[in-house]
Amino acid sequence: MINRYRWWEYVLIYTGLALFLTFILAPFVEAFLVSMRPLDGLFSIPYRFITDDMSFDAYVSMWDSVPLLFRYMMNSLGIAMAVTICGLLAIVPAAYAFSRFEFKGKNILLGAFLAVNMVSGAVLIIPLYKVMMGLGLLNTYFAMIAPGTAFVIPTGIWLLRSYLMKIPRELEEAALVDGAGRMYTLVRVIIPVALPGIVVVAIATFIAAYAQQFIYALTFNSVNELNPLPVGLFQFFGRQRVVWNELMAASLVGILPVMFVYIFLQKYIVAGLTAGAVKE
Amino acid sequence: MSHGKKIDWFPYLLLIPALLITLIIVAWPLVETIRLSFTDASMNPATHYVGLDNYEEMFSRRFPEVIARTFYWMSLSVAFKMCMGIFGAVLLNASVPGRTLARLLVMPPWIVPIAIGVFIWGWMYNGQFGMISGIAQRLHILSGPFEFLAYKNSAFMSTIVTDVWIGTPLVTVYLLAAMQSVPSDLYEAAWTDGASRMYRFRRITLPLIMPAISTMALLASIWTFNSFDIIWILTEGGPRNATTTMIIDTYKTAISRFRYGEGAARAVMIVIFLSIFSACYFSLIRKLSNRGGVK
Repeated sequence: MINRYRWWEYVLIYTGLALFLTFILAPFVEAFLVSMRPLDGLFSIPYRFITDDMSFDAYVSMWDSVPLLFRYMMNSLGIAMAVTICGLLAIVPAAYAFSRFEFKGKNILLGAFLAVNMVSGAVLIIPLYKVMMGLGLLNTYFAMIAPGTAFVIPTGIWLLRSYLMKIPRELEEAALVDGAGRMYTLVRVIIPVALPGIVVVAIATFIAAYAQQFIYALTFNSVNELNPLPVGLFQFFGRQRVVWNELMAASLVGILPVMFVYIFLQKYIVAGLTAGAVKE
Repeated sequence: MSHGKKIDWFPYLLLIPALLITLIIVAWPLVETIRLSFTDASMNPATHYVGLDNYEEMFSRRFPEVIARTFYWMSLSVAFKMCMGIFGAVLLNASVPGRTLARLLVMPPWIVPIAIGVFIWGWMYNGQFGMISGIAQRLHILSGPFEFLAYKNSAFMSTIVTDVWIGTPLVTVYLLAAMQSVPSDLYEAAWTDGASRMYRFRRITLPLIMPAISTMALLASIWTFNSFDIIWILTEGGPRNATTTMIIDTYKTAISRFRYGEGAARAVMIVIFLSIFSACYFSLIRKLSNRGGVK
């Protein structure tokens, strides 16, 4: 058969996969091993993978040595959720407009949104910093949520638009004939039907928002209590001698929420992430 | 609502929230950056227009070196990402037992918060106790501890490796999706004609996913060009500026040294390069969609 491999092809494929996945996963394995070792055991020479004094102590002690750890985690989750909700409020109507209506400047606007993806936050940070300072918005959650939202909108529109285009127009035409207003049709007919697509966009947005909380928080926020996890850890551990086992333990716990989402919804996420880059 | 030839405002109404946020957070700051690049803006509230002074100052300070370094860093990183991505996609496309699990395991570096992935790499590059130095010593590749982030060349390569690690999953999954969209009857026809697997890959798979490869290479270039977190956390642009790319240089000038005007001039240079990339991207997309190539 076409898909049958000879034995040496199996060997090649599995060796290749093993090498590839080692590169991808080795850092996580190493982080886990480090988090399990006591600090003085870490600094042992020669290098060893497994030592006999492994324990989960760092996962307990980290809450004491980083007093705000729980706060950082909640901040991260909260900011990511706020970005997702604000993002969706802008994404859903915009994607609907792009998928259903012909209007002047449509292609230019669509292209302009796509171009936003090419600009990095670092380019805009100077005027944004000045404005946030001027409006007294430095050191607020708002300063971290608003820029994050702007950068999840383009991909979201792109994703949801291609999903909405697959929904038959007859559906809303029927509703309109029945005398429903257009806003009502969007809220009561389109959104329920498009819900699976909206959920995919929401998940992809949440993961992106959770993954990219660094430069804005680092720049616009100097109040420790408001920091998301990455910046909180960066500044806490940057300030003194690095307690590596606790840093790794805290990092792994910080990864858990997205991993959880990923494992249960990975089919949708992979579809969502790639469609954003693939379509048209 | 709308009657006859009157403009239909409804779609514009729907676009208001998205447009408003984009205008305030992206479009206006972009214009403001250009304006600031002609001023001497700093912590001092009084600012004056200084013409092209910032640009002159910038180019007199070995700025071309920073540009060259940025492109060198970006090209190496994108090349590695694309190679890893093609390698991974080919393997994950093979119908062998366990591939579903393997596909699941590819994504984590992309999904995990970038900064947290980079913390882990920071430890791995540790010379005394990190994994890489440790294993290299055990295998007698290194004779003693090696601090990867402390020397110019090794720091440069280390930041690239981490960037490749973060970027590879998306490239892989994207190319895998492209490979799976190749119609299977093409393979079957070639197979009936006795074409070897290698031949089928070279003559069917590769030409058909070429549009996906070039699209991804361009997108990866843009993302890599914009890469900030990785370098900032690992080296802050050091040692002795060995990893100072244009983005890092801009950030250091504007935010660390509070020279907004000079920083803005650097940001404008970034925007110019990004526009060139974007123009390439859009013309590629247009060419491909005219041909009906990519989906």
